[in-house]
Amino acid sequence: MTTVRLKKGLDIHLLGAVSDTTPVAASSPRTVAVVPDDFHGVIPRMEKKEGEHVAAGEPLYHDKNYEAIKVVSPVSGTVKEVRRGERRHIDAIVIIPDGTGEAVELDVKRPAQEVLLQSGLWVMMRQRPYDVVPVPGVKPRDVFVTAFDSAPLAPDLDVVLGDKRQYIAKGVEVLNTMTSGKVHIGVRQEQQIDAPGAEVNTFVGPHPAGNVGVQVANIAPVNKGETVWTMDIVTLARIGELFATGRVSHDTVVAVDGEMVQQPRYVKTVMGADLETVMHNELTNLVQSRIISGNVLTGVKVAADQWLRAPYRHITVIPENNKPDEFMGWASLNPGRFSIYRTFTTWLRGFGSQVSLDSRIKGGERAIVRTGEYDAMLPMDIYGEFLIKAIISGDIDKMEQLGIYEIAPEDFALAEFADTSKLELQRIVREGLDKLRAEMS
Amino acid sequence: MKALRNLMNKVEPTFRPGGKLSKLESVYDGMETFLFTPNATSRSGSHIHDGNDLKRTMITVVVALIPALLFGMYNIGYQHYLAIGQSHEGWFTMFLYGLLAMLPVIVVSYVVGLGIEFISAQIHHKEIQEGFLVTGILIPLIVPINTPLWMTAVATAFAVIFAKEVFGGTGMNIFNVALITRAFLFFAYPSRMSGDEAFVKLDSALGMGGGTVVDTFTGATPLGQVATNVGDQLHMTNIVGEPIGMLDALFGYIPGSPGETSVIAILIGAAILLLTGIASWRIMCSVFVGGLGMAALVHALPSATYPASMLDPVTQLCLGGFAFGAVFMATDPVTGARTNVGQYIYGLLIGIFAILIRVYNSGYPEGMMLAILLMNAFAPLIDHCVVSSNIKRRARRAAAKVKEG
Repeated sequence: MTTVRLKKGLDIHLLGAVSDTTPVAASSPRTVAVVPDDFHGVIPRMEKKEGEHVAAGEPLYHDKNYEAIKVVSPVSGTVKEVRRGERRHIDAIVIIPDGTGEAVELDVKRPAQEVLLQSGLWVMMRQRPYDVVPVPGVKPRDVFVTAFDSAPLAPDLDVVLGDKRQYIAKGVEVLNTMTSGKVHIGVRQEQQIDAPGAEVNTFVGPHPAGNVGVQVANIAPVNKGETVWTMDIVTLARIGELFATGRVSHDTVVAVDGEMVQQPRYVKTVMGADLETVMHNELTNLVQSRIISGNVLTGVKVAADQWLRAPYRHITVIPENNKPDEFMGWASLNPGRFSIYRTFTTWLRGFGSQVSLDSRIKGGERAIVRTGEYDAMLPMDIYGEFLIKAIISGDIDKMEQLGIYEIAPEDFALAEFADTSKLELQRIVREGLDKLRAEMS
Repeated sequence: MKALRNLMNKVEPTFRPGGKLSKLESVYDGMETFLFTPNATSRSGSHIHDGNDLKRTMITVVVALIPALLFGMYNIGYQHYLAIGQSHEGWFTMFLYGLLAMLPVIVVSYVVGLGIEFISAQIHHKEIQEGFLVTGILIPLIVPINTPLWMTAVATAFAVIFAKEVFGGTGMNIFNVALITRAFLFFAYPSRMSGDEAFVKLDSALGMGGGTVVDTFTGATPLGQVATNVGDQLHMTNIVGEPIGMLDALFGYIPGSPGETSVIAILIGAAILLLTGIASWRIMCSVFVGGLGMAALVHALPSATYPASMLDPVTQLCLGGFAFGAVFMATDPVTGARTNVGQYIYGLLIGIFAILIRVYNSGYPEGMMLAILLMNAFAPLIDHCVVSSNIKRRARRAAAKVKEG
């Protein structure tokens, strides 16, 4: 048991936090969708056609390179549509649930890897390097599980877990057989996790303390040639449940919050559920809202007629642009104009109170000018700015030397927020990782 | 604001491709983002962004320069009226004279520099960047007041084109643009940049002031006097031959480049830069520490051959451009060291070299400009060494793992 104190980072207190921690059950979804973009690294090859019936847990598609990697349907029903975008890219697979609850049962006596791949839980995990779905057959050095989410307005994962926490121990037991090292669970201060067989580490400090990558970097960083698996505690519990009961649970609890939500709360629903049933008309103003599946830093922008995305336990709704044509905003002396820097006057008011932040970038993209901005938001032994420059210039050797194997785009999310030069850091990191992965394979 | 917005919307098509003034598109964009915070919302990555941008950052630096600018104007007037024997004139008259003297320089600096930036932005179809906002005010502050305007124009153009635009514009330059302007003038027109005639404006400024110069007048700066000092005792006087000391330098009643004379005004600017977190306190403090240490060392070994070694360390730092350079030039993040450890080394070396050049190179009574430019060149190397230690640590960690496994 190690306690890691992190100083770098930032907690942003946004308006619209959930106060009542009792989840409300949503009505059963009208449509459910699986979005292949959520499983980075898996190239879909369809197994089901439009109009075909699927049971919950039955594969919808598999990976082009590793046929064993399956992505499954979270509900039983009929495949309504395989929605395709440019160059036949699959945008979403839409299923109309039939409400029968028909579900696939798996023989969990088989090797754990086989069961995980078949169950569809495999794609819920990620590996470092590259922040992609793990490559089957590679034994991870360690497994890292984060038990809390420190992002702005993030759900309390203890609430999301609910009664699933009984399966954590089983999940640890299974994963321990799959790694040559340990299963590490990162908890926040005073969080209780009963997980025999796991190494529980406590992380004290602001966001991104809950990012699993930050936890890896501060416990046992990824070296070149090594692989670690990462996931959150909810996925770990699902794995445990699968091996305890033979079934995968696709039920989930999500926090629906943010400034534009009338009554922020936890909602009990199904992975991939349509947002209409999840949010049922909770928005104060649909036109000026940005709905994000996930948190404001790393989530995905979704339209109101789309779905809850699989990797997230969270829907945040913030104003899209609540101050159009702000007159000379750069000259503002208003403490309400939020900035973490003392060039603005927010600091006079203090950072304790909840703030309203909209989706504007509030400035033009520039070359990196100010120093130390990224480092202050990145509690890892990495020179963020130099790594970003190496990625931009496509210098693969430098990327390796500066530690690209240790990072995921989400680790730079806070730096992207704080960046005076307004660079799209997460996109840059993702492109760097993809480029390196293509180069190495 | 609504009317202004409507006006901007109305004229917009004229500036877009196909419009009559499409050659001025970047100017329109620059004006629009100046007036209105861009409405662009996040397309990828983080959905929220901090309110700070480069405009705010640069404007804050300009604000920090205002005390030095205002005092600089006053001091130009003060020195002028002192030189023509009318030191009884009121402070406002002196300030007004200085204002009129500096205004043309400021205008020339901005018109030339921003003009080039606008053209460059238009050629590359990029947004106009804010870097020159600061450079444009730094130049009038570090160029001697008697520099002919055409020289300032030529030097500014040279610096902006060859020290900045060829490297890719704001954020890409290796050398501080304002210092390159100064260095260009210094090496291209040395006779106008030092000596008796550079720093005190004697003729009228836009019709104001002017008169018969008193007989005792000598326009040399204190550092200039020190450099030519003979004997074991230092003699520093003001421009009419009265002895001066450290306090005069602290307040700034001495001849010199407009921005550099008043240490107090500079320290007010330093406070603004440090309080807002824009300048690196690591660089700023270590320049002073390096300078003070080196000045104390040379003062411990005084020699009449190198008269500047007889200056006591604190006076040494109060004279010339040391304070101004430490606060406003060395802390330029683009041309300085970018790693925390690197910033200490970078700052210390600037302080040390500035005093070294000042004291032991009689050709240059002032060493700050050259010290900063020299360290600008070395800043990437310093960072490289610091980052290398991180790279080595990572490599060792990986090697240890391989051994273990």
